[in-house]
Amino acid sequence: MRKSLMIAGLLATTTPFSAVAQDKPVLTIYTYDSFVSEWGPGPAVKAAFEADCGCDLQFVGSGDGAALLARLLIEGADSPADIVLGLDTNLTAEAAASGLFAPHGQAPALDLPVGWSDPLFLPYDWGYFAFVYDKTKVDTVPSDFEALAASDLKIVIQDPRSSTPGLGLLLWVKQAYGEKAGGIWSELADNIVTVTPGWSEAYGLFLNGEADAVLSYTTSPAYHLIAEGDDTKAAMPFDEGHYMQIEVAGKLAASDQPDLTDRFLAFMTTDAFQSVIPETNWMYPAKTPEAGLPEGFGTLVVPGKSLLYPADEARSIRDEALAEWQAALSR
Amino acid sequence: MAGRTQPIIRTLAVGGAPAALLLMLTLGTLVAVFLRADGVGALGPAEWAAIRFTIWQAFLSALFSCVLAIPVARALSRRSFPGRALLIALLGAPFILPVIVAVMGLLAVFGRAGMLNAGLVWLGLPPVSIYGLQGVVLAHVFFNLPLAVRLLLQSWVEIPAERFRLAASLGMGPAEIARYLERPMLRAALPGIFLAIFLICLTSFAVALTLGGGPRATTVELAIYQAFRFDFDLGRAALLGLVQVCLCLAASVLALAITNPSAFGAGLDRQVARWDAAGPWLKAQDVMALALTAVFLLLPLALITLRGLAALPGLPEAVWAAALRSLLVALGSAAVTISLALPLAMAISRASAGAASALETLAMIPLATSSLVLGTGLFLVLRHYADPATLALPVTAAANATLALPFATRILLPSARAVEADYGRLADSLDMTGIGRLRLLTFPRLVGPLRFSAGLAAALSMGDLGVITLFADPQTATLPLQLYRLMAAYRMEDAAGAAVLLLGLSFALFWIIDKGARPDARA
Repeated sequence: MRKSLMIAGLLATTTPFSAVAQDKPVLTIYTYDSFVSEWGPGPAVKAAFEADCGCDLQFVGSGDGAALLARLLIEGADSPADIVLGLDTNLTAEAAASGLFAPHGQAPALDLPVGWSDPLFLPYDWGYFAFVYDKTKVDTVPSDFEALAASDLKIVIQDPRSSTPGLGLLLWVKQAYGEKAGGIWSELADNIVTVTPGWSEAYGLFLNGEADAVLSYTTSPAYHLIAEGDDTKAAMPFDEGHYMQIEVAGKLAASDQPDLTDRFLAFMTTDAFQSVIPETNWMYPAKTPEAGLPEGFGTLVVPGKSLLYPADEARSIRDEALAEWQAALSR
Repeated sequence: MAGRTQPIIRTLAVGGAPAALLLMLTLGTLVAVFLRADGVGALGPAEWAAIRFTIWQAFLSALFSCVLAIPVARALSRRSFPGRALLIALLGAPFILPVIVAVMGLLAVFGRAGMLNAGLVWLGLPPVSIYGLQGVVLAHVFFNLPLAVRLLLQSWVEIPAERFRLAASLGMGPAEIARYLERPMLRAALPGIFLAIFLICLTSFAVALTLGGGPRATTVELAIYQAFRFDFDLGRAALLGLVQVCLCLAASVLALAITNPSAFGAGLDRQVARWDAAGPWLKAQDVMALALTAVFLLLPLALITLRGLAALPGLPEAVWAAALRSLLVALGSAAVTISLALPLAMAISRASAGAASALETLAMIPLATSSLVLGTGLFLVLRHYADPATLALPVTAAANATLALPFATRILLPSARAVEADYGRLADSLDMTGIGRLRLLTFPRLVGPLRFSAGLAAALSMGDLGVITLFADPQTATLPLQLYRLMAAYRMEDAAGAAVLLLGLSFALFWIIDKGARPDARA
C-alpha cells in the first residue's frame, strides 16, 4: 500500500504548473481536447499570447464542444474558467440560457460568409460540413442528398447524440429538406455503412476503405494535400448548400480576470491567433490573416450556398430532427 | 469454534475497507450525479428500447463467449506442446486492447474492405456485412472469449491430479471424465464467467454503436451519453446509471443462485497426466479448436501490428511521454487493485454464505458502472478539494483499479476459497494469523492468481481511455488519449503506430507481471 501511495505522489508531482508562475495572473480557458493537443492550435496560441500578456495561459481540454458545455453547466457559476472556447452555433443557445456568459464587447471585422451579431459569443474559425471521398475510387459524384441516396455509394456518418459533426449533419438535412428530411433519411439508410460515436472513428473507417465517403468538412482535403502531398481526397459539392459550423468563444460572467479575458478575446481575431488555425484545426480562420490562406486551401470546394440555423432555432428544432433520424434509421 | 471467531471478525474488518471504498466509488459517484441534477423524469420508450437491446446483446455475447471457451480451455488443459505458454498469453491480448484499436483490427478482417470479404469475392461468393447485431456480438466475443478461456482454464487445472489418477485407475473414458469431473467443474465455474462477461457487455458503447450500424444498436451507455451531452439532463443520466446497477445486481443474484460449488478437495499439486485424451479423434478436435481460436483472435492483432509498425519509430515525443505516464498509472492501478482485491477475496472466502454472496455481488458492481457516471461523479466531488487537472493521473489509476477489481476478485476467489477449505483448519489449529498466515500460507498458495490479476489490472489500465478525458490537461495525457488526439488531428498513420506501441506495452506488462504464473501443467 505504501508503494502505491508513493506512485500516486510521484504522479502528482509530474503535473506541471504546481510551482511555476505564481506571481503571474492565470487565464483559464476551457476548450475541446483536440484544440489543446500537441497537434492542435493550443501550443502556438499559448506561446503567442503569453509572449506579451505577462500572464500564464492555461488550457483545460475536455472531450468535444458538447462535453465542454456539459462540464461548464455542471460546474455552474463557480467554474474556474475565464473563457470557454470551442462551442458551435448548435450549442450556443443552451450556453446562453445558462446565464453564465457575459457580453464579449468586441466588434472586429470578420470574414464569415454570413453576418455575425451575437453579443455573447465571438467566432474564431468556421467550416462547411461535407462528404469527403477518394477521387480515384468514386466516378460519379452526387450533387445533393437525393442523388447520394439514389447512388450505391456507401457512407459513414457520426451519431448526433455523441458527436458535434453528427448533429451538424442532422441540421443540414433538416434545413435543406424541412418536412421531407425524414424521407431523405429513410432513403439514405441503405447507403449508411455505420454510425460512429465521433468524427475520429468515422474518418478512420473511411481511410481504411470501409466506406466511399465520410461526413467531414470541405477543408479536410487540405490536410491530405498540405501535410501528406496527397491530392486524391475531395469534398462533394451539394447544390442545396452546405451547413456551416462556426466555432466560437465566450467570456464567463464570473471570471476573476476580466481584463485578461477581454485582452484574449481581442487577440483571438488577430493574425497571431488566426494564422495558426488553418493548418492545425484545418478550418477557415474567422478573420483571414494578412498573408492569406495557406496554399492548398485555394483548391478546396467552395459551396454556392451557406446553410445555418440561428442558435435558438437550432436548439428548438434538434429534438424533432433527432426523432426523425432515429425513426428512419431504426427500421 | 470459539477459536475461529476472532479471525473471522478480523477478516471481515479487512474486507470491509475495500468494500466501503468500492461502494463509494460506484454508488457514491452515482449519488453525487443525482444530487447535482435538477430533478428526475421517467424513462421514455427510446430508453426502454435501449435497455432491451443492451440486455439482449450482452446475453448473446456472454453465451457465445462461454460456449466457445469450453472446447478451447479443455484443449489447453489436456495438451502440452511447445509454445503453449506463449499461446495462452497471446490469446489474452484482445481483452486488454483499447476499443477503437480492436474495432479497427476486426474490420481489417471482417469489414467491407476486410480479408474475409476479399476472399469471398475472389471465390465468387456474395460479401457478408459485419454491421448489425452480429458485429456487436462478434466484437464482444473477440474481447471476452480470451477472458472466458483463461478463467475456465484456471478452473480446469485446479481439478487435482489425484482425481484424474483415480479416474484412470477406475478405467474411466472421456465420457465418464466429462460426467464426473469436468461437468461439475463447469457447473461451478461457468455462471460466474457468464456473469462477468454479461456485465462487461452491459456498459458497451463504442463497439455497439460502431459495429451495430446505427441507432438500432443504442445501448444504455449511449443513452447516458445522450442525456449528458445532448439533453444536458444529469437526472436522466443518473437514472440510467442506476438502471445499469440494478441490471448488474439482478444478474449477479441469478448467477449466484445457479452456481453449484465444486468439491474436489485438496490435491498434492502433481502434474496432471490425461490418459483419457490420447485418442486421435480427441486430439484432432483439440487441434482444431486451438487453431480456429488462434486465427480468430490473433489475425486482427497481426493486422493492427502490420499497419502501424512502420510509423512506430517516428512517433512524436509526446506519444512516448504519454506511454511513460500510462505505464506509471498502470503499475499504480495494479498495486491498488491487488491491495483491495486480496482482502476482499479473503473476506469472501471466510464469511458466512449470506455475507459472502453480498460481498461477491458488491465486487461485481464496477463492471456495470458507467465510466462516464463514475468520472463525472468523481469530478463533482473532487473539484471542491483540488484542481481536477492535478489529480488526473491518480484519479485515473484509482478508477482503473476499481474497474479491474471485479476481475481480480473473480480470479483470486477460487484459490482463496480452496486455501481456506483445504488449509484453513490446519492454520487455525496452529494459531497462524495475520502477517504470518499471509506470508506462509496465503501468498505461496495464491501467487499464480495474484500475478495474473495484477498483470490483468495493469494491462487493462494501460488500454483504458476511461475517466482521463474528464480530468486531463495538455500535459497529462495517457497513451490511449494521445492515440485519440492523433486521430482527431487526421494523423491516422501515427495513431496506428501509437496503437502498436499500446498493444506492445500492454502485452509486455501483462507478460512480465504474469510470467511464471501461467497455468502450465500446474501453476
